[in-house]
Amino acid sequence: MNRSGITRKLVWAAVALCVCVLIFAILAYRPAIATVTRPDPRLFDSALVVRGANLARLGNCVSCHQSASGRPYAGGYPVKTPFGTIYGSNITPDPATGIGAWSPTAFRRAMREGVGRDGSHLYPAFPYTHYANVTESDLGALYAFLMTRPAVRSVPPANTMIPPLGFRPLLAGWKLLFFRPQPITPDASQSADWNRGRYIGETLAHCTACHSPRGLFQQEKRGAQAYDGGWSGGWYAPPINAHSPAVRAWAVERLDAYFRTGLSTAHAAAAGPMGSVTYNLARAAPKDVHALATYYAWQMRDAPAARLGPPLPDRQALASQRYPDGARLYEGACAVCHEPGAAMMVAGRPALPLGTPLHEDNPRDTIQIVLKGLHPPVSPRGPYMPAFADALDDRQVAEIVAYLQMRHGTGPVWKDLEKDVAKARKEGE
Amino acid sequence: MIDLTINGATTRLDIDPATPLLYVLRDELGLHAAKFGCGLGQCGACTVLVDDQPVFSCVLPIGAIGTRKVTTVEGLGTAAKPGDVQRAFLHEKAAQCGYCIPGMMARAEGLLRKTVTPTEDELRTAMAPSLCRCGTHMRILRAVRRAAVMRGGGVVDAAEPVT
Repeated sequence: MNRSGITRKLVWAAVALCVCVLIFAILAYRPAIATVTRPDPRLFDSALVVRGANLARLGNCVSCHQSASGRPYAGGYPVKTPFGTIYGSNITPDPATGIGAWSPTAFRRAMREGVGRDGSHLYPAFPYTHYANVTESDLGALYAFLMTRPAVRSVPPANTMIPPLGFRPLLAGWKLLFFRPQPITPDASQSADWNRGRYIGETLAHCTACHSPRGLFQQEKRGAQAYDGGWSGGWYAPPINAHSPAVRAWAVERLDAYFRTGLSTAHAAAAGPMGSVTYNLARAAPKDVHALATYYAWQMRDAPAARLGPPLPDRQALASQRYPDGARLYEGACAVCHEPGAAMMVAGRPALPLGTPLHEDNPRDTIQIVLKGLHPPVSPRGPYMPAFADALDDRQVAEIVAYLQMRHGTGPVWKDLEKDVAKARKEGE
Repeated sequence: MIDLTINGATTRLDIDPATPLLYVLRDELGLHAAKFGCGLGQCGACTVLVDDQPVFSCVLPIGAIGTRKVTTVEGLGTAAKPGDVQRAFLHEKAAQCGYCIPGMMARAEGLLRKTVTPTEDELRTAMAPSLCRCGTHMRILRAVRRAAVMRGGGVVDAAEPVT
């Protein structure tokens, strides 16, 4: 090939590249929406604000938009992803650091399309993929609620994304690949409660964000894999579909009580990120929580527990023989509360053999509970389980967990427990 | 046989390794500072330090301790020569009935071994697992702030000054 031929090819490649960059820039570009003067909080209809408060609780907004020591909705909670840490933003009506200068149109675009007021794409850690289906009227109520909160001047820490993911226009590519909002149309064959529950669960409550597995680009897996179990903050969010590992059926009323109290005597106490979910659901409209329970009990209608409820195994002798250290540690550290007849059992705590974590296909939740203990998520009163992270080392926690699974578990045998204890400690930092 | 290092001295014991540390301290070794409150890891009266970490000794089997060093309030000083946490608690008259105090002192000691300049938030989080039914919490917090100063530090954003 002669020299001018090569030059011509290079020129064409450069042109093609420029065209691609241009097309991408056009696709990625979103204009800024003009700022507004912060709306006078007194001008919002109080009934609308109350409705928005309920929706915010159903959506658990405060979990990500409040740091451990910060004010509600002022942001700062670290969402750890494989690509870096994203901090929840300040959504109080402070005009400089929050969303006080956002018009309803800007708020609507953020919720529906994942684009900030200034035109920058938002990371999908903010579940706009779910909020895309929130109704106009609910968006208005949420806007009214947020705009009437106390304004807090606070700038959350800067995100720490691995390069080049700090470059937000790339998120337009993510949207192109994975953002396909499907409208939610009522199912006439189901009850009004079920339809309401589906609407809340699939949109504001964004339950699949934790309870569905995610792909390489952190996109939620859908279809048959929806609700098949996922990860959140170092905890495992178990499947809440036909693969639910619970050993007792999640009847609607049980699930409803669990959502409102953070405890189901036949399953477990809400822990980890689910703790704050129940904290907020306990403060939401009971009929909406009941609707959620109706829909998710239906999601789990084909789970094994829905069909059988036989006596659960207690292989105490076998477990003691196989894990003698675990048995001794259990006897000295756990039995005083967990054996039948112990004080905690008399107080109506779930019996250990019923505990859903022991039946999950990985040990993480059991390990986390031993390390961190359990704190009543809904009301600060009442007994809790103390944390053993400082009292026991990795091998000892692994021994106890192995003993417990052998004694009561019904799932696949857990492996590499000691390694997972170390990992759980690290992720819990 | 199990070797336990308590307040600097190593003791050899022939006891079931599942026995909680608290019972060994009180019943076998005559160390009565750590108290039996609930026996369920709920109240904190039994708190001792294991390798500088405050733990509930009522739910810690001695077999789990290994070579880690146990410190009880007896290890912080004596009646004749109290340690600085003890002096701070005395100075602030932090005890009313006194039942929770050994656990509170162990917890305070654990915090100050980690840092002598905690924040008020860290102080309160560190002390939270121990309950006091008399309601002397404010005095207990004052005592820990004082102890931090005595150790050459101080609570950085103290809710009350140490006077």
